[in-house]
Amino acid sequence: MIKFKLNGRDVSVDVPDDTPLLWALRDELDQTGTKFGCGVGQCGACTVHVGGRATRSCITPVSAIEGAEITTIEGLHPEGEHPVQQAWRDIQVPQCGYCQSGQIMQAVSLLKDYPDPTDEEIDGVMGGSLCRCMTYIRIRKAIKKAAAAMREEKSNG
Amino acid sequence: MSDPARNPETQGAAGGASPSMRHESAPLHVSGSAVYIDDLPEPRGLLHVVPGLSTKAHARLVSVDLDAVRAVPGVVCVLTAADIPGENQVSPVGRQDEPLLAEGEVSFYGQPIFAVVAETRGIARRAARLARIIYEERPAVLTIAQAREAGSALVWRPLVMSRGDVEAGLAAAPRRLSGQVTVGGQEHFYLEGQAALAQPGEAGEMQLWSSTQHPTETQHMVAHCLAVPSSLVTVEVRRMGGAFGGKETQANTPACLAALAAHRIGRAAKIRLDRDDDMLMTGKRHDFVVEYDVGFDDEGRILAVDMVLAARCGWSADLSGPVVDRALFHADNAYFYPDVRLRGEPLKTNTQSNTAYRGFGGPQGIVAAERVIEEIAFATGLDPLDVRLRNVYGTGTRNVTPYHMTVEDSISADIMTQLALTCEYRKRRQALREANRSSPYIRRGIALTPVKFGISFTATHYNQAGALVHVYTDGSVQVNHGGTEMGQGLHTKMVQIVLREFGLREEKVRITATTTGKVPNTSATAASSGADLNGMAVLDAVHKIKARLVKFAAEQWNVSERSVQFLPEGVQVGGQCIAFQDLTKAAYYARVSLSANGFYKTPKISWNAETGRGRPFYYFAYGAACAEVAVDLLTGENRIERVDILHDAGLSLNPAIDIGQIEGGFVQGAGWLTMEELVWDEAGHLRTHAPSTYKIPACSDRPRIFNVALLEGAPNREATIFRSKAVGEPPFVHGVAVLHAISDALASLTAYQTCPRLDAPATPEQILRTAQRLRQQAAH
Repeated sequence: MIKFKLNGRDVSVDVPDDTPLLWALRDELDQTGTKFGCGVGQCGACTVHVGGRATRSCITPVSAIEGAEITTIEGLHPEGEHPVQQAWRDIQVPQCGYCQSGQIMQAVSLLKDYPDPTDEEIDGVMGGSLCRCMTYIRIRKAIKKAAAAMREEKSNG
Repeated sequence: MSDPARNPETQGAAGGASPSMRHESAPLHVSGSAVYIDDLPEPRGLLHVVPGLSTKAHARLVSVDLDAVRAVPGVVCVLTAADIPGENQVSPVGRQDEPLLAEGEVSFYGQPIFAVVAETRGIARRAARLARIIYEERPAVLTIAQAREAGSALVWRPLVMSRGDVEAGLAAAPRRLSGQVTVGGQEHFYLEGQAALAQPGEAGEMQLWSSTQHPTETQHMVAHCLAVPSSLVTVEVRRMGGAFGGKETQANTPACLAALAAHRIGRAAKIRLDRDDDMLMTGKRHDFVVEYDVGFDDEGRILAVDMVLAARCGWSADLSGPVVDRALFHADNAYFYPDVRLRGEPLKTNTQSNTAYRGFGGPQGIVAAERVIEEIAFATGLDPLDVRLRNVYGTGTRNVTPYHMTVEDSISADIMTQLALTCEYRKRRQALREANRSSPYIRRGIALTPVKFGISFTATHYNQAGALVHVYTDGSVQVNHGGTEMGQGLHTKMVQIVLREFGLREEKVRITATTTGKVPNTSATAASSGADLNGMAVLDAVHKIKARLVKFAAEQWNVSERSVQFLPEGVQVGGQCIAFQDLTKAAYYARVSLSANGFYKTPKISWNAETGRGRPFYYFAYGAACAEVAVDLLTGENRIERVDILHDAGLSLNPAIDIGQIEGGFVQGAGWLTMEELVWDEAGHLRTHAPSTYKIPACSDRPRIFNVALLEGAPNREATIFRSKAVGEPPFVHGVAVLHAISDALASLTAYQTCPRLDAPATPEQILRTAQRLRQQAAH
């Protein structure tokens, strides 16, 4: 039995230690917002936060996150109104939508490290999150818009 | 028209007939609550299906021993061809050349031989590895060259298009050259892999949820495999996590395997392919080798063109016939060929059965056309743009295609001229050439290429669509139609049509999952035709309901029918304004039907493949792209510095969505031609079967500067839905500008004297090889 915190609540799963976190989330805990893309950590669709850091859940054994705090797309904001989610809607980023929860989780993580990211910083951090609809142009715009909104929020708060 | 979802970021987008309503699923997409097949709540007792694949490219199956697979605890059964009650056949074109599960022989590395059905996916996956299969290997034909050498069969009748006398035209031309261009294939790499869930019902019913672009075909395939009538099989899809053509026919095999398991065991069964299995099993974009022979004059005018377009089709016909046909249909791109002969060569190989992919062969034909233009430009010393402008279809004369269709609206020259001015093509070209002289390692290039893309299925009967619209007594509306949503925004556009016609707000209209139970006998959502076809069907259904409501209101309130209008503030009935829901409720009590189906078939089109003549396309979509690249001669790496696109979406149904299609299509097209490379080893094993080895464009691969504009004031001349134009595939072709910009950069190595003949994909290796060849040519 492996225990951890998922989106603020205590959970436990009874699966083999080497079960990837992705499948614990999707199959055991019914959190299907996190997606399977490739299973080898190369596409980014499965990105969640472990202790606030973007992590590929498809290659993270569940034993490695015992006791950790996990945030998934479902837990990013109770109403789906995180500034990154707002910017994603405003800029109309998603086409098919499948990779977007991973993209958003990666972008939120990016903005923690780079509150005012340059194009190069965006490319560097987002480079491992693939989108076959090729929404990259809007992803960059949305990240910058969210960054501006978050900086404003911070200065007002 | 009022629109609460109007978005300040994009409402300034040019060219639109209606506002840029955001994607109907946007709030769901960004909160992780948009449901794809593998996200559906799992039915009680769900079983999991994993296919067992061939590890030989071509072999007789001497024995298939599955005892060890069956012995694994948790394995419920192992399905083979013998377990199929109906036809072991999933050929989408009736060729009977594509067994669902291999029987007696295997024809490619990755072909499904059996399927494990188990309590968990993990058990099924592990068990599938335990099969003991004895193969007797046969010679495998893997490449176009090998297929030609071996005299390999063709998977389809080879189409010939001709007009005039090509031999005489070539012989009489003042100048003549010939050559060959190779263009690579492309893996779809939809982020959501193939997936299907089958739930058996009573009396032989089978309900499927399938990630398919073609629910009707999936329904037929499942019915044939199970030997039940189509009326017992229902296929539903709410959305796909990307498809790009890869789920037009390739969704059938997974759906049939899930249905077969569910049918056999009587429990729900799901298949969700592992990425490697998906890439090993499913067909891809066809790679082509095109040989061209062209006659022209000193002014760069094309006089005669003879081309043979050979494609690696894989082990079965699938859609290869129509794909190669469409390559021929686009081997003229935007150019008039006075004497022409185009021949297709759809070659059978022991590889995955290549299939539909955004553009459906058209982009490959266009790459060949643009190579011919480039050859002529180097031969005459002209700017390629001038060669293009001198050869585009005219209006009135020089306007008949190789398939004898008259081009009625050639606007290619206008678009190229306008784009060249706004992006300062000529000035920048000159500046780059000068800068290259003093730049030993980084060379820059620029190119401006057009697209003219024929819109309609070339299979004429596919150009029909249905819709079903229900108005409920509370004034809310449910829309169903035969098209599927794969990210292209089709459902959003359909909702917009209903909003506009009824004057309603977004929250009043709900679009449902696509299901064969509501709209039957549909066509694949493909050929860019989704909005054109289904939009008109939705409009037809809405018009029927409106006509009934107008008649009722005119009688009820004693006004003329003309005075009844559906407006955003309500329904104007003579002098009074009645809320939509009050009108629909009153109509219900007066026993007026508030539900209607709609139907549409594209007018004017016809095509005869035997004679190579007809009007296969209702209209053409146009555009042009200018790309500037930097090429590193030491590493072969390239970077897209700037791209300008001017694209014709008619009166765009939704500029924000259409520009998104153009942005995405361009990057996908550029990826195809520059970095995406499929590699098979000598045994026919596809070695690029995961994102670790197959590289699609990432965030850093988009152009540094990217300007996209819609052509303004250009309504479709044909009566399409609100005079819009299809936009799914045509922008994919804009990636061709990148290939030519790289070629232009490499041409600097011979002081622009030699056509670089850069083949695609222009990977760093390909660029280095081409650069080396050019240096050697320059030294001699």
